[in-house]
Formats: sequence, C-alpha cells, structure tokens
Amino acid sequence: MNAGETLGIVGESGSGKSMTALSILNLVPEPGRITGGQILFKDRDVVSMTSGELLEYRGGDASMIFQDPMTSLNPVLRVGFQIEEAMRAHSRFDKRQAKDRVIPLLERVRIPSPKERARDFPHQFSGGMRQRAMIAMGLANEPALLIADEPTTALDVTVQAQILELLKDLNRELGTAIILISHNVAVISSLCTRVMVMYAGRVVESGPTRQVFDHPEHPYTWSLLRSVPRVDERRHERLISIQGMPPDLARLPSGCTFHPRCQFKVERCMREEPPLAEVAADQEARCWVLMRNVSKETREAVKT
Amino acid sequence: MSQAPALELVQSKTTGPLVSVTDVTKHFPTGGGFGRGQVVRAVDGVSFDISAGETLGLVGESGCGKSTLGRVIMQLQPATSGSIKFEGRELTKMRGNELRQVRQRMQIIFQDPYASLNPRMTIGDIIAEPLKNFGLGNRAAREKRVQEVMRVCGLNPNFANRYPHEFSGGQRQRIGISRALVMTPSLIVADEPISALDVSIQAQIVNLLEDLQNQFKLTYLFIAHDLSVVRHVSDRVAVMYLGKIVEIASSREVYETPLHPYTKVLLSSIPFADPEREAQRKPILLKGEIPSPINPPSGCRFHTRCPIAQQICSDVEPPLELKKDGHVAACHFPGKL
Repeated sequence: MNAGETLGIVGESGSGKSMTALSILNLVPEPGRITGGQILFKDRDVVSMTSGELLEYRGGDASMIFQDPMTSLNPVLRVGFQIEEAMRAHSRFDKRQAKDRVIPLLERVRIPSPKERARDFPHQFSGGMRQRAMIAMGLANEPALLIADEPTTALDVTVQAQILELLKDLNRELGTAIILISHNVAVISSLCTRVMVMYAGRVVESGPTRQVFDHPEHPYTWSLLRSVPRVDERRHERLISIQGMPPDLARLPSGCTFHPRCQFKVERCMREEPPLAEVAADQEARCWVLMRNVSKETREAVKT
Repeated sequence: MSQAPALELVQSKTTGPLVSVTDVTKHFPTGGGFGRGQVVRAVDGVSFDISAGETLGLVGESGCGKSTLGRVIMQLQPATSGSIKFEGRELTKMRGNELRQVRQRMQIIFQDPYASLNPRMTIGDIIAEPLKNFGLGNRAAREKRVQEVMRVCGLNPNFANRYPHEFSGGQRQRIGISRALVMTPSLIVADEPISALDVSIQAQIVNLLEDLQNQFKLTYLFIAHDLSVVRHVSDRVAVMYLGKIVEIASSREVYETPLHPYTKVLLSSIPFADPEREAQRKPILLKGEIPSPINPPSGCRFHTRCPIAQQICSDVEPPLELKKDGHVAACHFPGKL
C-alpha cells in the first residue's frame, strides 16, 4: 500500500479482515499471534518492533478506529481530554501544543461548537459525533495511516454519508492513507481506489476497485456483488444467494476454501488450492476457473 | 404410519385493504419519579393501508418509530389512539379471546434470530407452539404440519428435535419464519429480518421471503433501515421521520422521483456499488442531529434540518396528501429539493 492510498478490505464476518488490520498494528489478541510473514511500515518491520517502538508506532504512525466508538472512549473522561491524552502519549507534540490542538481537531471533524463540546462526556454525544471524536483522536498525531474497521456499520445512512465524506476529505487534504474494512461493497466503492476481497482468512481477489467491481474474476467476488440489492436497481432481479455458510477456520476444506459453496467449481478446485495470480493489469485472483471463462448461460443458471 | 387429520386453519375472507391504519399514535410516558413525566411520541398520527398480497416497505432511521408501529399493528403494544383494521375488523377494541383468534392470521418475524427463539425448546416445539396455543389438531397433525413448514422454509425436517444453538444465524431466521408460517397467516410483519445476518446469508432469506409470498399469497409489512433491500422487496414504500410518515408511493416512484426532501436526502446518502456511478453521486449532508421525539419541532418535523425549509414549514404542519397519481407526501414544497 502506498502513502495516501485508500484500500478497502471486504469480506464476511470471520473472513479475517479485522485480524489483518490488527496485525498491521501488531495488536492481534491473545492467544493469537503472527506466526509468519512480514509487515513493513516505511521499511520498518512491525513484527519485530520493541514495545517502546510499538507504543510510538501505534497511534503515532498508524492509528485505528472501530465500529463501536462507545467501547473505545472512556465514559468518565471529557472528550477533549481524551483527545489531548492521545497526543500526550506520543512525543510529536508537547503539552502546550497538545492542548491547543484539541479544538481545531474537533473542528476538523466537523463537530459543531467544538469549544463547548470538548468539555462534554462521551454519553452526551450522538453515535455520529462519537465516531467523529474517535476520528479526531485517530488523527491527533497526524498518522500516515488510518485504519477504519466498519466505521459506519452502526450508524444511520445519513450519518454514514457524513462520516464517509469526512474520511474522503481527510484523505484528500491531509494525505492520510486509509484502510477501510467493511462488509458493504457500496461503502468500499465510495471511498477506496483499491480493494481486497477476503474469504476464510485469505485474499481471494484484489485490484483497483473499479476493475474488480466491473470485472470480478473470482466467483466469490462475483456472487458477493450480486447478492446485495442495489439502491439503483430498475428491474427486479433475483439475488444471487451463496449457498451454505463460510467454513470453520479450524477445519478448512481441501483445495480452494470456497469450493464447497462455489457454483462454478471444477475437479481441480477440490484438490489444489489456487495461488493468488495476476489475471489482468494490477488485478489478482485466487481461482482456477475465473469468471471470464464462465459462459453467460452458466452464470444465468445460478440465479434460480 | 397413521394418517394425521388435516388441521383446520382459518382462511382469509376480506375485500378491501387487508390492513387499514388510521391516525394511529403511540406515546410512551418517560421519567416517572422526579418532576413531571414527559411523553415520547414514538408514533404520532400515522395512516396508511396495506392491500392483500402486497409488500409495503417501511423505512426510516433508528428511532423514527418504525418498529413501534409494527408492534402496534400486531397489537403487541396497545395504540394510544387511532384505529387499526385487519381483515375489516377493528383490532384496538378487541380483547382476550377475540384478539387471540385474529392473531392466528397475523405473525411477526424479529430481527435477532438468537434472542427470539427459546434455547430450551427443540425447534420442532418452537414451530409447533402457535398450533398448540390455539389448540389446533392432535400431536400427529401438528408434527405433520411442522415438517411441511420446515420443508418449505428450507430446513431439514429431520432436525426438528434439535435445539436452536445447533443452528446458524440464517437457519435460525428460517426457524423464525417457519414459526410465523405455521398458522397460515395472511399478514407477516418482518421487523429488520435480515439486518443481523451475514451478507451472503441475507440474499438467501430475501429470496425465501419472496418465494413464500408467491406460494402462499402473503402480505408483508417489511420494516428495515436498509433502503436497497426495501426497494428490492417492496411494491410500495412508506418513509418515516420522527414518528410521522412523510411519503408513501410505489417503490419505483419513491426511489426515482422522491417528493419529500427527507426521502431525497436519504437516497442521496446511499453509496452505489458501481464505482462509476458512485463517483458522480452528490450526497446531501444534513446538519444537526435528529430532534428528540419528546419535544418534536413545530410544523413540519423535518424543518429544523431541511435544506429548503421556509417560514411556513415551522408554522404549519403539512398534511400527508396526494400530490400526484398514487404518490402521497407531507411537504409544503414537494419535489422542490
């Protein structure tokens, strides 16, 4: 991922999207741990950072906001103080600067009358305002990367629209790179120039959002895009329903992990796991079949 | 195997709308104890009809009163005032046995398939419970009916002896649907039936509800906050804001030519999955927060946040009236945003 980029990670619950994000911050909850691979942030290996380095890195270089802001805010401390605290925990700003930055930050995330609201407690904020306060906290140390894990899932659509616009502006104006985790393809489409589709702990497809959404090559991506109704649908089309359930991660199926639910599988899919291979310029998919090789008739037949 | 006698389930015999809601209000008293109690106007003067065989979608943001309205129609909570007619009979005046009899014909499906099933009952017993409550048939007849219903809902009838915890979220929702269907209802109120489910499972349940509607001529009141799903399933759509219905029309009308500014704002807020269309979308962002239903704004309740509000909007409440063919809205300046 490049500086200033917006990447979407899409998948169902249990597909590993949140764990991927937590790994980037080396925050995988016990008893989980990172057993292999490498995570480089500006050429520094996150996995081998000392705890001191991690403290500076988390919240300083890369910060994260969560779905439910109420569980991330301390209910007995004033919102302004909590944002100040986020800066005091790092060395980028001194005490004086930290104090002075609180109100501009709240203003930046468009909290009305920021001076007064900084003295409020989290319970006095609405859901949307709490998420804004979380974003202000996440941005307090001017991180290069902001990870947003389902930031709008608990919010109403009009509030979701405000938060998405805010994230877009922050990316454009401050150049903050954003990883957005969501199960909602439309939300990803709204914010992210690149997308990564996850299934059962693996990336099954990735590429520029437009390319992947217009020409999905993995059957899971293809079905996922057609399993949700579109608000701009003109003609009533039957939804594609992906049969069965996501697999148990402790007992993954052989071969391609999607094959038990895949309606386009061939014999090889049950034996051998396909690699994530380039299927078009900048687009990768993990599939032996690829949707381009599936005839129109076969695709239509799935709709029953 | 002995032949089980057929169950005598009540059949519908209505002409005119299946459900007729007129000027219904539901107020909840709050904060007893200290000072004067206040009133939450959860539903405040709502009227609409549902015709037999149609799906009416009810949308709105959290706290707008849509779930309360669903419960009041089901008579799970009494209305504060107003009239609710079901199959031509007034429900709000009914008590006891009379109401019980009508309830055979109207059922509800809940959002949370985990909380709405008793964990200590087998799913066979859960699905058979309505039959038992109404004293219908003997054990064998009930079992037969349960198996039949499980089959049409995509559940394996051999699993009737299992407990809810052995099933996934999608299957539990199928159990909830089976329980609703077992009485051959004419009306099903579906209150956010898919929002607790995973994306790939949502389509299964939506398709099932559509199939059941075709097969059994069901009428749905489909309550949801997801406007895309509501467009997909509904013949007509009603939009609620702060306890009031602000617009009702055919699904196509509401989504293509919304008349109320709030509907317009809602629709502009929803991202398109198609990145090309999404790049062109201009969301209308609302200022402020949704006002409290304890002390709703004067006049039109949306005026405090409406981008085109005039003086009249805060003075006079616009009636919900026919603006054009089959398209009802409550706005002084319909279609102006």
